[in-house]
This record gives sequence, structure tokens and C-alpha cells, in this order.
Amino acid sequence: MPSNDFWKTYTYTGWGRALSATGEIARPERQLALTTLPAAPAMGQCRSYGDAALNDGGRIVDMSRLDRVIGFDETSGVLHVEGGAQLGTLARIFAPRGWLPPVMPGTGFATVGGAIAMDVHGKNHHHAGTFGQHVIEITLVQNGEPIAITPGNSLFRATVGGLGQTGVIASAKIQMLAAKGDVMMVTERRIPGWDAFLSQLDASEATYSVGWIDATARGDNLGRGILEEGETGAGLVPAPKPSKSIPMNAPRFALSSPVVRAFNSLYYRRVPMAGRTVVKPIQEFFFPLDRLHNWNRLYGKRGFHQFQCVVPSDQSPALRDMLAAIAVSGLASPLAVLKRMGPGTGGMMSFPMEGYTLAVDFPARTEAAPLIHRLEEMTLAAKGRIYLAKDALSHADHIQAMYPERAAWAEEAAKADPDGSLQTDLIKRLNLRRLK
Amino acid sequence: MTQTWLVLGATSSMARAFIRAVAQDGHAVILAGRDLNDMESTATDARAHGAPLAQVHRFDARDPDTFPALIETMTEQDGVLNAAVFVGSMPEQSTIDADPSLIDGTITDSFTGPARVLQMLAPVLEARGSGTIVGVGSVAGDRGRIGNYVYGAAKAGFHTYLSGLRNRLTRTGGHVVTVKPGFVDTAMTWTVEGMFLVAAPQSVARDILRAVTKKKNVIYTPGFWRLIMTIIRLVPEPIFKKLSV
Ligand SMILES: Cc1cc2nc3c(=O)[nH]c(=O)nc-3n(C[C@H](O)[C@H](O)[C@H](O)COP(=O)(O)OP(=O)(O)OC[C@H]3O[C@@H](n4cnc5c(N)ncnc54)[C@H](O)[C@@H]3O)c2cc1C
Ligand SMILES: NC(=O)c1ccc[n+]([C@@H]2O[C@H](COP(=O)([O-])OP(=O)(O)OC[C@H]3O[C@@H](n4cnc5c(N)ncnc54)[C@H](OP(=O)(O)O)[C@@H]3O)[C@@H](O)[C@H]2O)c1
Repeated sequence: MPSNDFWKTYTYTGWGRALSATGEIARPERQLALTTLPAAPAMGQCRSYGDAALNDGGRIVDMSRLDRVIGFDETSGVLHVEGGAQLGTLARIFAPRGWLPPVMPGTGFATVGGAIAMDVHGKNHHHAGTFGQHVIEITLVQNGEPIAITPGNSLFRATVGGLGQTGVIASAKIQMLAAKGDVMMVTERRIPGWDAFLSQLDASEATYSVGWIDATARGDNLGRGILEEGETGAGLVPAPKPSKSIPMNAPRFALSSPVVRAFNSLYYRRVPMAGRTVVKPIQEFFFPLDRLHNWNRLYGKRGFHQFQCVVPSDQSPALRDMLAAIAVSGLASPLAVLKRMGPGTGGMMSFPMEGYTLAVDFPARTEAAPLIHRLEEMTLAAKGRIYLAKDALSHADHIQAMYPERAAWAEEAAKADPDGSLQTDLIKRLNLRRLK
Repeated sequence: MTQTWLVLGATSSMARAFIRAVAQDGHAVILAGRDLNDMESTATDARAHGAPLAQVHRFDARDPDTFPALIETMTEQDGVLNAAVFVGSMPEQSTIDADPSLIDGTITDSFTGPARVLQMLAPVLEARGSGTIVGVGSVAGDRGRIGNYVYGAAKAGFHTYLSGLRNRLTRTGGHVVTVKPGFVDTAMTWTVEGMFLVAAPQSVARDILRAVTKKKNVIYTPGFWRLIMTIIRLVPEPIFKKLSV
């Protein structure tokens, strides 16, 4: 089939819906079709908030139909899967058999390709490291040629966390994690303020842990929230509730500051003072938002941004200062997450570093950009990093300063993609492929 | 009792969604089509989703030599035997206008090829006294239109065939579901312009399985196409012939 038959013009957005792109899109339905396409960047489920999976005026390859399990070894737990497979689906089918994707981000819609290209982290990062650290082989398609790469060589380290710049991830072999079953025992505790939060996170020995922060709380309550700790288990729980969908854009007042403050306060008190332990289906612990399809429409037409940074352990006061700046801005949404990170990373451009990571959503109002820029500067000063899966606004020189292996990575990417066909809007905006 | 589904045209994304759904229900699948490599991937995926057995067979609607092996394999399976036909091809009408010899292939892919396989399978189902056949036709088969009347004619032929087969198999406990999809988001329609209300293959698969369970005879998927096609069929020919819908 001539490749013309594969492309059509399409307008699409990042998950935050503040940035969009119009360009040609192809959606191969089988591996053979993937190899006949001219080089173009790949798109998973576009769960990156900003422009990581956008290519305005250029081409993009939608991987959603290449989503099959193509091999599984029940004894070793090694899974061979196509790049477009969604982690939530893999969790659903393999958890009852005692295996889980080793690392799961906060959405089960993320694909294997997207999880590798962003080297995603999950609620177990402090123990298990990143997704890429559990990948034992990747089949990349470079200019129509499939090649298999394994850990240890520099192309592999440039591909994991490599923002899709070394080729399209057609399939990968992943070492799945043994799990006790498909339910979660979750302990939830109220944490009254910032210092307590950090010490509880440090003290936590749970396999999975995550903090929800009330980003509207100030003064003595600054940094209050709920710490959730989870372990997998076996047993019976009510089936996951059916999903719902947000049919259209919400009006502006839906996430106005008084509404968010009231919501957060209720959400905080939801957990009894003494804490509680509940048993949940696995997906409700890992992917709490997925049940509400298109929840990004809650932010209205203009969309929203997520700011996510990580700072080294000894720089935690910088995070508290950020939280204080966010609380007084009146811009915070209910979505704010604090996690401890371990040292694990899988690639040259991976985001994590040992320390703490904070993620907060902001509606894309005019006042949001200056606030996010301020947070970006605070991150830089604290020797931290901004997560490119979430970024839409950062400055090129700041980001380049935050990723020390960027130049070496750019060289690998240049070898893999000499004419720069795989560049996305994010890569161009931040000039990430600059050599030297 | 164990159930086995023979799926003709197993590389179609509509078929793939259907295969996953029946695999999740714990049924065995026999995949038939031209791209063996691709079907191997779908077979592994079906096993991961719960199919106790997933096999791959070469099948070309234009090569009747590939038919008997399918019937043989099906006969070897225990329990209830079912078949679902997703095969079809839709060359652009203008391409057919330029090369009328393409008509034969279009009719073979969408009608006579699969019909021959079903005709060979029918006695096996009759002998078992059970089994369901799903035939995917198209709203395009409900009335001939300027834009795709050769494809439409093939589908119309297939609809009529399925209706007769239903009449036959009912007598021995079998059942036939005729499926008429509207626009579905697959490779066939990816670059076709003027599509609207396009359905996901997964929702078509769900509709098909619901129709199988409820023993429906003819379904439109999504359901609102029944209304649209009723209106289109009601337009008097003197007016219809001047329209380009
Ligand atoms: C609600 C929510 C919660 C989240 N929580 C977390 C979290 O806890 N931890 C975390 O790390 N992230 C988190 N994320 C971010 C998300 O995991 C990443 O953005 C992930 O990359 C999304 O996967 P995707 O398949 O949608 O990829 P996309 O967003 O479509 O693409 C991301 C990047 O991967 C590349 N890419 C995608 N597929 C391929 C492929 N097959 N081959 C080559 N390159 C490819 C794209 O070109 C792009 O550069 C969250 C996102 C949401 C919406
Ligand atoms: N998409 C729509 O909007 C729509 C609407 C109404 C009806 N339908 C019908 O739905 C069915 C599935 O189509 P689809 O949309 O999923 O498109 P598709 O991907 O093009 O599926 C067509 C299938 O038919 C197979 N096929 C074609 N000629 C064949 C031959 N000679 N021998 C064996 N297999 C052959 C193809 O196999 P290969 O992979 O080997 O080519 C493919 O599996 C078709 O019957 C189609 O007519 C589709």
C-alpha cells in the first residue's frame, strides 16, 4: 500500500488541553504497516500534559492499535508486548495470575511506549525505580527497520526516558513484578502539616506510598494531606465501579478557588482522624482518576497545566516554599501529589532523582504561567528537575541545566535520527536535540 | 460447555476487538486470514485475555483451497461451534469505474468467499444441533448509492444469504446474526472523508456479543443506524436516484 493511504489531517491536544497541534496522523494496525511508514514521532494515549506527544505541522504515528500481548512466560513473568498496550489493561489481565506491571503511573491509559519514552515512575519508586529499569529488551523501528536493543548499550539508555527520539518502540519485553493478587490493602492517614508529611513519608515502609496534599491549605495547615500506603493482596472486593465520562467542557466556576477549598477540606476529613485501612480493587488505588473518562474537560475550554518537579532530599524546604506560593495564589486545583523518590533511573533523560516530588494542577488562566515560571526557578535553584511529561511552559535553558546528560543523549538521538524527523513540539520548544 | 469461534478476517480491528471479548469470556478462537504473522500476535493476545485455545489458519476468500482445512479444524473441536465473518474489501467506487474487473474480487471478498465457507460449515453445526454464525454486512448493503454500490451490492447479497442461512439453521438449534455496522473506526475508514458518528471497534464487538446472547436476528451498530437506514430506504426511488447521500 502506498504510504499516502495511511495519513490524514487531524487536530489533537496534550492531556492538559492547553496545547494543541494540527498535522498528519497515521495509525498502523499491524507491525508490518509500522515498518512501511516514513520516520515520524510516536504517540501513545497522549497522557502527557503538554506537548511531548504533539507535532504541529508535522506527522505523528498513533500507536493505539498496536496493543497486543505477544508473549508471556508464566514462570519467569517476562512479558512481551506491543508498544501501544495500556498498562491498566496489563494490570487487569495479569494481576489475577499474580503479576503486575513493575511500575505504574497514576493513569492506566499510559502505554508501554509512553512509559518507556518517559521512563515513568510510580508509587513504588523508592523501592522499584522506574519503568525503564524493568525493561529487558526493546524493539525499535528506525526508518522502517526493526532493531532489538538491550540494557547496557548507550542506545538503550538514550531510548529509556528518551522522549521517542531514537525511533518508534514497536514492542518491549518487561520483567513483570510478582504480586499477591489483584486487590490492594490501603492504609490512609491524615497528616496535619508539612513537617509531619515528610517524616511520615521517610518512615513509611510500605511497598506503595503516595501523598495527597491540600494545596489550598495555609499557615499551620500548610502541607496537610493524606498519606496512602498500599500492599497487594488476594481476596474478594466489590468489582470496580463502572466508569463515567465528562461529556463536555465544564464552566469556569467549577474549579474556582472557593469550590476547590471546600472540596479539599471535605476530602481531607473523609479519612477519620485515627486513619483507616480499606481493601480496594487494584485499579482504584493505582488509577483513581481513570474511572472518570475525559476528566480533563473539568478544566473548561482553556485547559490546564500540571507542574511537577523533584528536588534532592536536602532541598525539601524549597518544596515547602513552593507550596506556600501555590496556596496564596488561589490557583490550585484538588490535584496535588507529594511522593518520595529513590535514586532509580533508567536513562539519560530520566526525570527521577533521590528526594521528593510535588505535582500540582493549575487551570490555564492568565495568572498560571507566571506562577509556574516562579516554581520553575525555585526548582532550578534547589538543583531539582521538571518532569517533561507534564511540561508546557518551561524555558529551554532551565531545562537543559536540569538534565546533565542531555548533550550525550542528543548525540545518540542524532545517530538514530540524523535528519531530526522524530522531533516533537516539546523537543523543538526546549531545543533538546541541540548538540553540545 | 466449551465454545469455539472461527473468525474469518481476523486481522480487521473489528475482529480483533471481538476476539478479545470472546477470549475474556473463556472461549476458544480459530483465527483465519491472510497475514499469518499478524494473526499470531492476535492469537497470543487472545490467550493472555483468557482464550483456552487460539490457533491461526491461512484463509484467502479468493482461494477456495484454503477452505477445507478450516472446516476440518472446527470439526475437531468439542462443544459448541460458532463462526464470525469480518472479511470484506471496499475499493473506491472510482477505482472500480476505471477497472470493472475489480467487481469480481469485491464480491468474492465480501460475499461469495465467506459464504462458501459458511455453506461448508453449516452441516457441522446442524449435526451438533447448536452454534451461532455472525455475519458482518454493512448499512451500505441496504440501498445502492452512487458512492459505493459495488461494495453495497456485495453486502446486500451477503445479507440475503445470511437471512436464508438463518432460516435453515434455526431448524436445528442454530442461529445467525446479521450485523450492519454504520461507520466504524478501522483501517478501512481511516482516510475516508465525510465520516461522522464513528463507532469504536470495541463498542461494535460489545453490540455483536449482546446480539448473540439475546439471539437477535439483524442488528445495526451503533443502534441509531436502524433509524437512519429506515429513512433512507423509505425515500422513493424517483427522488433517491437524484440524491448523492
Ligand atoms: C492522571 C495522570 C497521572 C499520571 N501519573 C504519573 C505518574 O505517577 N508517574 C509518571 O511518571 N507519569 C505520570 N503521568 C504521565 C504519564 O505517565 C506519561 O505522560 C506517559 O508518557 C503517558 O503515556 P502515553 O502512552 O499516553 O504517552 P504519550 O503522552 O502519548 O507520549 C509520551 C512520550 O512518549 C513518546 N512515545 C509514546 N509512545 C511511543 C512509542 N511507541 N515509541 C516511541 N515513543 C513513544 C511520545 O513521542 C512522547 O514523547 C500521569 C499522567 C496522567 C494523565
Ligand atoms: N469500517 C467501517 O466503517 C465498516 C462499516 C460497515 C461494515 N464494515 C465491514 O466490517 C468488516 C471489517 O472491516 P474493517 O472495517 O475492520 O476493515 P478491514 O480492516 O479492512 O477488514 C477487512 C478484513 O477483510 C479481510 N480480507 C479482505 N479481503 C480478503 C481476502 N481476499 N481473503 C481473506 N481476508 C480478506 C482483511 O484481511 P487482510 O488484513 O489480509 O487484508 C481484513 O481482515 C468488513 O466486512 C467491512 O466491510 C466496516
